[in-house]
Amino acid sequence: MRTVVVAGHGMVGHRLVEALTGRDVQRHWRIVVLAEEIRPAYDRVALSSYVDSWDAEALALPAIQDDRVELRLGDPCVRIDRRKRTVHTVSGYRVAYDALVLATGSAPFVPPVPGHDLPGCYVYRTPEDLDAIRAAAQRAMRTTALGRRSGVVVGGGLLGLEAAYALRQLGLSPHVVEIAPHLMPMQVDEGGGALLRRFIEGLGVRVYCGQATTAIEPDRGRMLVRLSDGTELDTDVVVFSAGVRPRDTLARDAGLPLGERGGVLVDVCCRTCDGDIWAIGECAAIEGRCYGLVAPGYAMAEVVADRLLGGNATFPGADTSTKLKLLGVDVASFGDAHGRAQGALEVVHNDPVAGRYAKLVVSDDARTLLGGVLVGDATAYGTLRALVGAELPADPGALISPSGGELDASALPAGAQVCTCHAVTVETIGAAVQEGARTVPALKECTKAGTGCGSCVPMLKKLLAAQGVEQSKALCEHFSHSRAELFEIVAATRITTFSELVAKHGTGRGCDICKPAVASILASLSALLSPGSHILDGEQAALQDTNDHFLANLQRNGTYSVIPRIPGGEITPEKLIVLGEVARDFGLYTKITGGQRIDLFGARVEQLPAIWRRLVDAGFESGHAYGKALRTVKSCVGTDWCRYGVQDSVGLAISLELRYRGLRAPHKVKAAVSGCARECAEARGKDFGVIATETGWNLYVGGNGGFRPRHAELLISDLDTETLVRTIDRFLMFYVRTADRLQRTASWLEELEGGLDHLRDVIVHDSLGICAELDAAMEAHVAGYSDEWRGVLEDPDKLARFTSFVNAPGVPDPSIEFVQERGQPTPAHRRDGQPVLIAGSKLAVGAR
Amino acid sequence: MTAPVRAHWTAVCRYDDLIPERGVAALVDGRAVAVFRTHEGALHALSNLDPFSRASVLSRGIVGDRGGRATVASPVYKQVFELATGVCLDDPSVSVSTYPVRVVNGVVEVCSS
Ligand code: SRM
Ligand SMILES: Cc1cc2nc3c(=O)[nH]c(=O)nc-3n(C[C@H](O)[C@H](O)[C@H](O)COP(=O)(O)OP(=O)(O)OC[C@H]3O[C@@H](n4cnc5c(N)ncnc54)[C@H](O)[C@@H]3O)c2cc1C
Ligand code: SF4
Ligand code: FES
Repeated sequence: MRTVVVAGHGMVGHRLVEALTGRDVQRHWRIVVLAEEIRPAYDRVALSSYVDSWDAEALALPAIQDDRVELRLGDPCVRIDRRKRTVHTVSGYRVAYDALVLATGSAPFVPPVPGHDLPGCYVYRTPEDLDAIRAAAQRAMRTTALGRRSGVVVGGGLLGLEAAYALRQLGLSPHVVEIAPHLMPMQVDEGGGALLRRFIEGLGVRVYCGQATTAIEPDRGRMLVRLSDGTELDTDVVVFSAGVRPRDTLARDAGLPLGERGGVLVDVCCRTCDGDIWAIGECAAIEGRCYGLVAPGYAMAEVVADRLLGGNATFPGADTSTKLKLLGVDVASFGDAHGRAQGALEVVHNDPVAGRYAKLVVSDDARTLLGGVLVGDATAYGTLRALVGAELPADPGALISPSGGELDASALPAGAQVCTCHAVTVETIGAAVQEGARTVPALKECTKAGTGCGSCVPMLKKLLAAQGVEQSKALCEHFSHSRAELFEIVAATRITTFSELVAKHGTGRGCDICKPAVASILASLSALLSPGSHILDGEQAALQDTNDHFLANLQRNGTYSVIPRIPGGEITPEKLIVLGEVARDFGLYTKITGGQRIDLFGARVEQLPAIWRRLVDAGFESGHAYGKALRTVKSCVGTDWCRYGVQDSVGLAISLELRYRGLRAPHKVKAAVSGCARECAEARGKDFGVIATETGWNLYVGGNGGFRPRHAELLISDLDTETLVRTIDRFLMFYVRTADRLQRTASWLEELEGGLDHLRDVIVHDSLGICAELDAAMEAHVAGYSDEWRGVLEDPDKLARFTSFVNAPGVPDPSIEFVQERGQPTPAHRRDGQPVLIAGSKLAVGAR
Repeated sequence: MTAPVRAHWTAVCRYDDLIPERGVAALVDGRAVAVFRTHEGALHALSNLDPFSRASVLSRGIVGDRGGRATVASPVYKQVFELATGVCLDDPSVSVSTYPVRVVNGVVEVCSS
């Protein structure tokens, strides 16, 4: 086996290891990776999301588990000995190579202004940089000086704006200083830059364009930043993001030639003049040019992997398109965005009122698309970018006018790149579809398209449709509609029975899939369509799953469990005693649940009313553990008791649980409130989670425990209680309206086109104009709530259904038997060797 | 000649008390039987015992149809049984017993011999 040493375990080095281990089936190569950083490669592109969670694990790239790979963390190489073909690391480790690949990335450029090295000045490249910035921000917040704490970002490019966003998240007022006349000069033109500036300023960021930073001076514990026009900015933190410089010292010291502007000089096969040494990623100057984006780096990694295995791939050239979304502002640029090609024409559509700027650069005959800039609305990005270099399917003006309509995916040429991150073309996608990849997840799996920045996912859907692949959304054989469509039908037609719905819009008599789904829709809308109704009224009773039918959870032996609501997990001793007494008197097994309440198991169907009579009399109500509805809002003790609490998490959790109790949803909904960032209530594992801050609440959405855990993402921060509640109202109602059957908020959000930003647009900025409707729906729900169990106890007809046998109501089901275990009853046939089932009788692995 | 077998009919409940598309459990000669009334008004009686979970619960399943055949889905692991034959449509090697059922003077009766 030969040895390839990879210097640097960044995104590109990692990609090389992945590509090489994946393709080297003959096991020609052993791989030694020498990494300077203390953690394995992570997603640097997503670095800014670190300020939401402060969880570096969340950035991790898929680990490489392969016996051919040796990864040495925190041990950078310091010297290459080309004669002996060895590299030396800082710890003194030495390794001989047959091939050496430099993937050392680049370092932030810090302009040599006086004061650039003061404490309080930082760069923005690693989680450690962000930790340091955060610590400085927190120190600044603790000082008692008057006025808002602020931070200055030097550089108004893509990274600078991300840094400004991070400072804002940390509670500082951000200022951005850019030497060029407009923001993001690399990507956008002046018109786009002007609109972008308006957006950014609207978000509370102060922008200074056409200004150089001339000096930074210490000033009474803070700093003073001087700009070339004489402006002075008081600040607590300075972040430099004024470009990057390739890390080429190793190569230079080894006598390898560098590019004119730095970078390890390599040819189109990524090889240096020493045939055994290669360079890829940001440190490489490929034919003299460095690229500061990850996609070209990935392409270089693929080239080297191929070459090491005897192939003859060459660097295909790079697409420097970018799409950025900061706090809901879309910015995209692609191809020849600045119109540098000879004779290039520009077609501009600028609508400052609507907040939309679009420019297309086309060839002199206006027939070929060369590039473009989009600000404010980048929905056309995926299609336009793929069209670069191709003949335009329509008049360029029409393509970017707001009424220009959707571009037809089938118009794309075969060679057009759909996914830039992974260089996947229309042709490759087409072939994958032919070979049986019929869904977006399947395409991701076999082509990798869509697994990078994700911006091409809508395009993948269009391509599937263009290939004639129906993405069936039919609920079941009885309805060709999706759940969301049925919801809209019911809301619009005000149909209140399943029979009418299936007669008018479906076929047959329904099944165990569509009936509960329709029951849930009718229940979600009942506050508006049939106020005062009960889920077991009339025909609805026959639609409910057994759990809802008996308002309890069916257990494996045919008995039921009883979970009364304990809002926020807070309970008086008296109520605890009642639970104990009821459990004792009815012989029920008792357990504390994972949802901060108490579950009583083993109740026979005919016992449920008597049990609930006792519970309702003691002030309990249904906990909806049986329903696709709000389950629990967990809480931590918060300010009441905890010495770290900064807000009343228990009080809020209780009020949220009471507000949303009984709300029927596509799937169950769980929530939690934590009293401080220590997060003892595990709010980020919930459908919505609230975490207290010094000044309000942060709202996280789309979390999930269970089968496929996912952390909730920050939707908005520092809300007052009223705004928080209104936002959650809308979140829930929007989910109830649009999600699929049995789709938790996590997968709903993942599939929502435009993702979290779109959600924020809809429920915070009311981009669809539906917020008033959502608010009204929630108001109706809250006003119309009544306890389902009380409703049963008050209605003799409903009570009559809780019998063991219609013709022998006094006889308990003889098939139910219990044995004692650890002093409590458990089902008798529990240990007879049945396999443990998780979801259905078969757990479809990977089917979600 | 063996002794003649005489059909034994057990009264279950009034026909009008049955909710369409929702079952009830009845005790018929010591056995648990699930009785269903379909949307069209037809009656079916099946063993209440779900062969997959071995819990006595089929009467609590959701009634509907598959390809036009009236069915009930077990409430435990959701296998679907045809009401007329007791055959499990998800696994035809499994079936549950069916019983004759009739209405006499408005009362539903199940035969158990
Ligand atoms: C009782 C309890 C376990 C316990 O003893 O602690 C429990 C029990 C059941 N869980 Fe759970 N889950 C319980 C907390 C949880 C939690 C923890 C939590 O809520 O903080 C989770 C992970 C968090 C999450 O949901 O994101 C959890 C994830 C699940 C899942 C997987 C959901 C998913 O999205 O992957 C299922 C299956 C499903 O719903 O399809 C499930 C389904 C079930 C069912 C309903 C299975 C079934 O259909 O019979 C269990 C019956 C409950 C009953 O009373 O008969 N249970 N279950 C907990 C009741 C909490 C409560 O007070 O209501
Ligand atoms: C905040 C931020 C946002 C970004 N957003 C985007 C974006 O939206 N789109 C995009 O395309 N790009 C973006 N980028 C750029 C992208 O992250 C880089 O292009 C990409 O990470 C380059 O990968 P690389 O492996 O070449 O370098 P790096 O990821 O920097 O990795 C190089 C690694 O080598 C290590 N190293 C250096 N010297 C040595 C040595 N002597 N021995 C051992 N190890 C060494 C370094 O510590 C580092 O871990 C962003 C960058 C940042 C910081
Ligand atoms: S989350 Fe904070 S306030 Fe709540 S219990 Fe934990 S440490 Fe205390
Ligand atoms: S373009 Fe980024 S994942 Fe496809």
